[in-house]
Amino acid sequence: MQEPTAGERFLNGLLPENPTYRQMLGLCATLAVTNGVKPAFTMACSTGFVLICANAMISLMRKHLQPHLRILIFTLTIATFVTVVDRLLQAFFYPMSQQLGPYVPLIIVNCIIISRCEVCASKQSLPIAIADAVGQTLGFLIGLVSLASLRELLGNGTWCEFEILPQSWPRWRILMLPPGAFITFGLTLGFIEWFVHRKQRA
Amino acid sequence: MTQQTPSEPLLQVAPSPHLHASHLSTQRVMLDVLIALIPVCAVSCWVFRWYALKQLVLCELTALLTETLCAALRRRKSPVWDLSASVTAVLLALSLPWNAPAYIAIIATVVAIGLGKAAFGGLGFNLFNPAMVGRAFVMLSFAREMGASGYVAQVPGLDVISQATPLTAAKQYVAALASGATVADSVQTAFQNIPPLSDLFLGIANGSLGETSVGAICLGGLYLCIRKTIAREIPVCMLLTAAAMLGLMQLLGFTDDGFGALHHLGSGALFLGAFFIATDPVTSPLTRRGRCIFAAGLGALICLFRALSSYPEGVMFAVLFMNAMVPLINRYTIRKPIGGPVPGSAASPKA
Repeated sequence: MQEPTAGERFLNGLLPENPTYRQMLGLCATLAVTNGVKPAFTMACSTGFVLICANAMISLMRKHLQPHLRILIFTLTIATFVTVVDRLLQAFFYPMSQQLGPYVPLIIVNCIIISRCEVCASKQSLPIAIADAVGQTLGFLIGLVSLASLRELLGNGTWCEFEILPQSWPRWRILMLPPGAFITFGLTLGFIEWFVHRKQRA
Repeated sequence: MTQQTPSEPLLQVAPSPHLHASHLSTQRVMLDVLIALIPVCAVSCWVFRWYALKQLVLCELTALLTETLCAALRRRKSPVWDLSASVTAVLLALSLPWNAPAYIAIIATVVAIGLGKAAFGGLGFNLFNPAMVGRAFVMLSFAREMGASGYVAQVPGLDVISQATPLTAAKQYVAALASGATVADSVQTAFQNIPPLSDLFLGIANGSLGETSVGAICLGGLYLCIRKTIAREIPVCMLLTAAAMLGLMQLLGFTDDGFGALHHLGSGALFLGAFFIATDPVTSPLTRRGRCIFAAGLGALICLFRALSSYPEGVMFAVLFMNAMVPLINRYTIRKPIGGPVPGSAASPKA
């Protein structure tokens, strides 16, 4: 099988290998922060920053990686960038940092990042690794924002804290609560699976 | 290998003896439950007038539509004739407040049938009682309309609904006493106006549509027990545990003496839950010992929820919680074959 080019890797991350809907990675953060579009967006950007930086760094030092120490090096690199993001958020977006709580430090254990380091960055050159990371980042952004839009719109009548539905429309509060995350994610996932299967059959 | 649809098994399996197994079809069981629910619905329509009728009709229509639609999505024949959707709809309607707006009844039913049952693969595959899934969804979504204030309104000719539900009145009174502050007049009046036990038996009390009349529920429940449609150990174990717990709680001072164990037993959805909701054959354990554990857990949890949670009633959450325990209970109550496990087999304790 031919190795995918940088462009293909980028496009793969968007939908065919979407981290949320197709790979189903990083679900802890996905379920926790998608009760609003703003926290979801912040989360996706933070994760994206860490993912791109870590992928670039790992790709640059891939010749020096020892196989038995590689996971350790991945984690250390990721942790460095997560600390940067955490401090940045605390300094400039303090309320958002409070709202996201432990989920920013938990980016360290987000499987998307470590899987991209392992699958792509530790074996490919810098441009390919960056294209891959950007594609995955945008895919994660699509996943999070689509879930958060559904939950915020139906659960609170707003999008990005901007009032969309009239006051008379009943708010489905459960969608803003933790069970709503599972219900929304399950139904969206089911719909996408159905769509993909239908396309494959046709 | 040929493709088989899971809904149409090759072998129809029914418990022996097989000579008269025709009454054990899903349809017959569900019809029995519907018949048993007639007195409850009748009392409900008598107490709450057309409000009860409205919820029943709305839920029933929505359930049939949703069931047909979900079956059509999977290219199956509509299973409405097994009547299970109708039973779910009636139970759901009976668990709603009389004043719940139409959209709540519709959303609850769609969630009950669509998410509670069809999403798991249809009747027999659902982990949780569909009616309770639907109710939990709207309960958490529309706390104001489904909460204590959703039950109270002034409607001429309907005196029952001008007072808080017995459990809410008792809860607020006990909470006010416990906080040490002076009890507000409205709370005091509501507590004094709690109907006497005889009214709770007849059903002349405020509450969810089907839960008010202990008498009608027992009548339907007895029919089900005599027809052996439901497992008798579930209501027996559940009510006995609840009675014991409530008696203990009264002795320990968790409840007020003006609203003691008997009042607690008679109000709320305890009886409806015991006879109609907990006995759902799909979501209750398979063995008799398992069902006893399940029912005892339910009774205990309901009392704990009533005494300690912020909700006045706990049947719904208790049922959902114990439903989640059912696979575990089933696992631990597997019956040993006569003569014990075969030596050396995987089931033998000493391998």
